[in-house]
Amino acid sequence: MEILVSLTVGALVAIGIWMMLDRGLLRVVLGVVVLGNGVNLAVFSAGRLDGRAAAFVTEAGAPALAANPLPQALVLTAIVIGFALFVFALAVLKRSWELHGKVETDLVTAVAEEPAPDLPPQGDKA
Amino acid sequence: MNALIVSPLLIPLATLVATLLVRRDPRAVAAISLAGALALTAAGLVLVGLAAQGQILASQAGGWAAPYGITLVVDRLSAAMVAITGIVGSATIVFAMARDEDPARCRDFHPLVHGLLVGVCGAFITGDVFNLYVWFEVLLVGSFALLVLGGGRRRLSGTVVYVVLNLVATMMFLLAAGMLYGASGSLNMALLAQAFAAGEVPATAHAAVVLMLTAFSIKAALFPVFGWLPASYHVAWTPVSALFAGLLTKVGVYALIRIVTLFWPDAGIAHEVLLWVACATMLIGVLGAAAQVEVRRILSFHIVSQVGYMILGLAIATPLALAGAVFYLIHHIVVKANLFFIGGIAARLTGSERLAAMGGLYARAPWLALLFAIPALSLAGIPPLSGFWAKFVLVKASLDASAWIAAGVALLTGIFTLLSMSKIWNEAFLKPHPAGTAGMRSTAGLRPALWAVTALAAMTVAIGLAAGPVMDYAVAAAEQLAAPAAYIDAVVRAGGH
Repeated sequence: MEILVSLTVGALVAIGIWMMLDRGLLRVVLGVVVLGNGVNLAVFSAGRLDGRAAAFVTEAGAPALAANPLPQALVLTAIVIGFALFVFALAVLKRSWELHGKVETDLVTAVAEEPAPDLPPQGDKA
Repeated sequence: MNALIVSPLLIPLATLVATLLVRRDPRAVAAISLAGALALTAAGLVLVGLAAQGQILASQAGGWAAPYGITLVVDRLSAAMVAITGIVGSATIVFAMARDEDPARCRDFHPLVHGLLVGVCGAFITGDVFNLYVWFEVLLVGSFALLVLGGGRRRLSGTVVYVVLNLVATMMFLLAAGMLYGASGSLNMALLAQAFAAGEVPATAHAAVVLMLTAFSIKAALFPVFGWLPASYHVAWTPVSALFAGLLTKVGVYALIRIVTLFWPDAGIAHEVLLWVACATMLIGVLGAAAQVEVRRILSFHIVSQVGYMILGLAIATPLALAGAVFYLIHHIVVKANLFFIGGIAARLTGSERLAAMGGLYARAPWLALLFAIPALSLAGIPPLSGFWAKFVLVKASLDASAWIAAGVALLTGIFTLLSMSKIWNEAFLKPHPAGTAGMRSTAGLRPALWAVTALAAMTVAIGLAAGPVMDYAVAAAEQLAAPAAYIDAVVRAGGH
């Protein structure tokens, strides 16, 4: 089971990074999400998948099938935060797409590097 | 006691809610926002007062003893950082009252600033690795929304770069936190420090710390992972970019200092690497600035360069060097935020922030020239301003530790910084405005902005003239950092019922 989880984490991280190297920003953002899920799964597995590090020990000893629940709580937090950030990134992408008609990494860099716009002539407010 | 420790979190959080409740009334929003920031400053100063006596305040959430409860710790460094956060936050809010800007933007600005301040203060006082991750996320959410505030093509594009690279850094941190827990069974910094000191942790935990430090390096904009900073800071609204310039990279620097001093207190391979990274950061940052032709882009590269100095102090790791790093943090936050403010005022008066299209400020606004000269010379390290003492101590510590190259790089960077500041001075202040006097704008509505700038400039001068007490505090803070036993002891003793 642990080997399977490790391989899945590795695959998710690899796919995430590969997607983040794409020109299209939508794939970059989706890549961040895939990478994030890989990381979440890795944190999840830090609590072990069997009872080797159970949080609570009863009089009869540690339950054999219980994993440490703390990393699960951590992952829950991370998932919620990650989702909010994903939605924000999508909103920024949507607005960029409305302004430019396309969202590619080269374009974004070029626009951010443009010279600062001068203020409009005195009298009218921007 | 507990109420005081959580006050840096509760005050901005309560202010955030209060500003949202009255959001229809822009004046009330601004007034509450300023009151909140001043209260945060006051809380920070009270904490500094307590910390100065040498006690380390620690609190366990819910009364659960470590490792079950979340730990909040305030030592000298944390207290100083909270106080300086309050000061820069207040200055930013006053500055933002200046312009008769778009009311919708001002309305959204205030709650978001306090959201950011919660995250920043939380990161400064937490004693728990995962909790630190959560505070990083809180400040990230606030910073994302602040950066894009006002919209526009450039701003959106800069935000995309900022969002993606910061998300990657945060994920690295989360992965490192998970690995650290998996390897050591604890997330409490004090207990981890104990385990590290006793050699009770497997190699995986050390690997996790390396990953964590890499993530913080991205946040702190160290060479070679600083690219996101100069690609995004110059697009934000002036008060926003000043707030970011003052505080955000310094949260990364603080986290680096905290983790390295707790987990790896003895100089080792990590310090060696950090030393070279610090030298490269100082030099590459300042050389990057030389190629820029816009005020805020020049200043952005200087942030990178200046962060290198703080990391230099951390890398050398003697108490004196750490004191230099702490002093540098305090001095730099004030100076950098102020330079961004002044850059914004200069752009407003000349109609542009491209150096080629600026000019005539010395004749038009000599007071602004004076206000620029103070932080600019302080940044370059001219006595008797605050930056001189910061650099002096760091160079002395480098020489004491026989780090000749680092001392040389630090001095060279200071010279380049002065060149860069004189470039802004010549272009924006001395040179006549290319469009003649007709190109200059009125100063109407700028008064609050000038108060903010004057207050920060006065602080720079005060830190420079009263360098003794501030340096004493920094040295005492560094002693606490260099001997983590007291920190660990405070957390363990703070146990619950």
